[in-house]
Amino acid sequence: MGIDILMPALSPTMEEGTLAKWLVKEGDPVSSGDIIAEIETDKATMEVEAVDEGVVAKLMVAEGTEGVAVNAVIAVLAEEGEDASAAAAKVSSGAAPEPVSEETPQAPPEAPAEPTPAPAAAKAVIEVAQPEPEWDGAMVETTVREALRDAMAEEMRNDDRVFLMGEEVAEYQGAYKVSQGLLDEFGARRVIDTPITEYGFAGIGTGAAMAGLRPIVEFMTFNFAMQAIDHIINSAAKTLYMSGGAIKSPIVFRGPNGAAARVAAQHSQCYAAWYSHVPGLKVVSPYSAADAKGLLKSAIRDPNPVVFLENELIYGQKFDVPDSDDWTVPIGKAKVVRQGTDVTITAFSIMVGKALEAAKMLEAQGISAEVIDLRTIRPLDTETILQSVRKTNRLVTAEEGWGQSGVGAEIAMRVMEQAFDYLDAPVARVAAEDVPLPYAANLEQLALPGADEIVSAARAVTYTEA
Amino acid sequence: MSTTARKSAKRASNKQFDDAQLTKFYEDMLLIRRFEEKAGQLYGMGLIGGFCHLYIGQEAVVVGIQHELETGKDSVITGYRDHGHMLATGMDPDGVMAELTGREGGYSKGKGGSMHMFSTEKRFFGGHGIVAAQVALGGGLAFAHKYNDDGGIAVAYYGDGAANQGQVAETMNMASLWQLPILFVCENNRYAMGTSNERAAAVTDYAARGKPYGIPGARVDGMDVEAMATEAAKAVKHVRSGKGPFVLEAMTYRYRGHSMSDPAKYRTKEEVQKYRTEQDPIERLREKLLERGLIDEAGLKAIDKDVKAIVAKSADFAQASPEPALEELYTDVYLTA
Ligand SMILES: Cc1ncc(C[n+]2csc(CCOP(=O)(O)OP(=O)(O)O)c2C)c(N)n1
Ligand SMILES: [Mg+2]
Repeated sequence: MGIDILMPALSPTMEEGTLAKWLVKEGDPVSSGDIIAEIETDKATMEVEAVDEGVVAKLMVAEGTEGVAVNAVIAVLAEEGEDASAAAAKVSSGAAPEPVSEETPQAPPEAPAEPTPAPAAAKAVIEVAQPEPEWDGAMVETTVREALRDAMAEEMRNDDRVFLMGEEVAEYQGAYKVSQGLLDEFGARRVIDTPITEYGFAGIGTGAAMAGLRPIVEFMTFNFAMQAIDHIINSAAKTLYMSGGAIKSPIVFRGPNGAAARVAAQHSQCYAAWYSHVPGLKVVSPYSAADAKGLLKSAIRDPNPVVFLENELIYGQKFDVPDSDDWTVPIGKAKVVRQGTDVTITAFSIMVGKALEAAKMLEAQGISAEVIDLRTIRPLDTETILQSVRKTNRLVTAEEGWGQSGVGAEIAMRVMEQAFDYLDAPVARVAAEDVPLPYAANLEQLALPGADEIVSAARAVTYTEA
Repeated sequence: MSTTARKSAKRASNKQFDDAQLTKFYEDMLLIRRFEEKAGQLYGMGLIGGFCHLYIGQEAVVVGIQHELETGKDSVITGYRDHGHMLATGMDPDGVMAELTGREGGYSKGKGGSMHMFSTEKRFFGGHGIVAAQVALGGGLAFAHKYNDDGGIAVAYYGDGAANQGQVAETMNMASLWQLPILFVCENNRYAMGTSNERAAAVTDYAARGKPYGIPGARVDGMDVEAMATEAAKAVKHVRSGKGPFVLEAMTYRYRGHSMSDPAKYRTKEEVQKYRTEQDPIERLREKLLERGLIDEAGLKAIDKDVKAIVAKSADFAQASPEPALEELYTDVYLTA
């Protein structure tokens, strides 16, 4: 009996990879620890070590093959004393590579904007953003990861005050490879590796912003920004106010937010609601690559502190992005990413994909859903939500974080205050289960909200429950 | 390699350990090694998910320290590279492996995973995912030992990267101010993910980090289990006798990547290879055992076989144990008042 060598999973999110190179050939003896192949994922090239001893009987996957599924048999080893050809003859079938389906939303033209009411005089004035101009130029297919990098690179080219600082952002090229190539282009003065000292470097970044620079501070994930939340809120968000407008903190705090895959409670949390609580901060959380790029550029140019929440699980997704280095998306403007008439669904970040999936399922059930990508959580684009609710008369809010005091709670309150008479059903909220995120695969799946939950909520508010 | 010169640790003469103790060191280190190899394999098969940080290469550190502690009386806490610490405190390999696979039979019923396991029986307090959080928590464990006057001490393990976090300095100050019975063990494996000591710390003498607070420290060859246990014995004696905290810096090395998804481009293959062939703690002890005639090849083979059987059993258990019941999602959020 030969020993199957399987395509290994090299990261929490890896489902398939490219078998870049074989370092052994058939007939070669290997012992445990020998490097036998190189595998490329979207993040990195990794070496595969043999875990058993024997002779390579057969290489089942050719060098250069893309989309090899995790656990597919890539080679067969003959054990000591075993005939290599007999081992090779043993047929084993690996799982076929499963293409990762990608929802690339084709944005419908935006509904004609109703005149926006003037903000009440007594309230803090946040300018009402105009939607970005319709782009009719060329598009480039880009991953969210590349789009974020491009946004930083373009802004760094334009403005010497912009620099990037964080753990593993320079020499390692980013823990999630978002800052790939930036050190090469901009050098160590502007792309700076920090020690693991979040509180310290968030403070140093904020101080540098007060002194007129334009820092981008990357948190390896937002979970670790909890070490630094004091500077984000007490230093960056409030100093403008406390100084009577004298001190500005033009800084971007960015990094992956929310659950990744199976990384358990301390590494899986959505901070959108937390930061959106705080006056003085802007909070942005895009879904598509175009929005990621356009909004990050706006965030870097913004004179205020901006918390920019990304999502690791969509870094590798591809979208069409305007082929321009001066195209931006305004902070504070939501986008209708699918038009519908029966129910409005609001979502942001990874939940937009799930909302679009839900909308398709609902369509098959005869319900027409309108999906709004909030894009910015603070300032929240209430007007776009209200316009939609006035049309559909029903609202489902979706978010990955916990429900209590969440983004959905805020939206429901605003809709009740400003469009109560338009509602034909109570607003429904889709959110995570009210527990820390568990590690076990089955429990994790149960804890996080998905398309099914959005469908159920939409059926409930349209009174069409099965 | 110029960097190893910097690492020269104090070479005091080692304490004398008897045959049984030396053999036990060997068994304990080998169990961790084989367990971690198996975990790496199960990860590759998709049976373990998320982050999985292997301890391979560093076995002598925890085995040396734990040898000088009283399990169940002293408290232990560490970060996310924690499987070795759990095995060394005597936690059941079956329960650890089943937690890695996220099953009902795991130490946290599958809800914690690789980074979050605990045992009140062994006074092992985790298993923490936030770099350096365990150091302040360790201070709290020591505080409780002193408060209860129970004679126990706390050991807080942390990495060279973690050493730079502010809360480590804050904890050292309070621990010294209040003379808490805590042993700080800095496991210096030279890298924090892809960042080497030199690129993260202005001064890389982590044993001296307690100095400003009046805490003595020592650097020890963490690839030599006898040296580890010798220094641990002195440090533990200091802490247990009421003289306050102590910092032990163990010079060690991790052979694998930071976690499973680390391409490890920040160091050369030669560097890794050099450690594996010249410094390996298990190999070094093995040679010593043979040299001193404490054991023969057949004896070593027998140990190997026993260890493999324990690990194989844990892997079987970890795959046979069912996924947690769905109701478990909602338990353990609150206790009833
Ligand atoms: C506060 C915080 N910041 C960042 C991380 C991500 N992270 C996990 S481990 C690690 C490196 C830690 O290195 P070190 O302390 O030397 O321990 P080692 O991994 O070498 O055992 C980093 C940056 C984290 N878990 N927590
Ligand atoms: Mg380290």
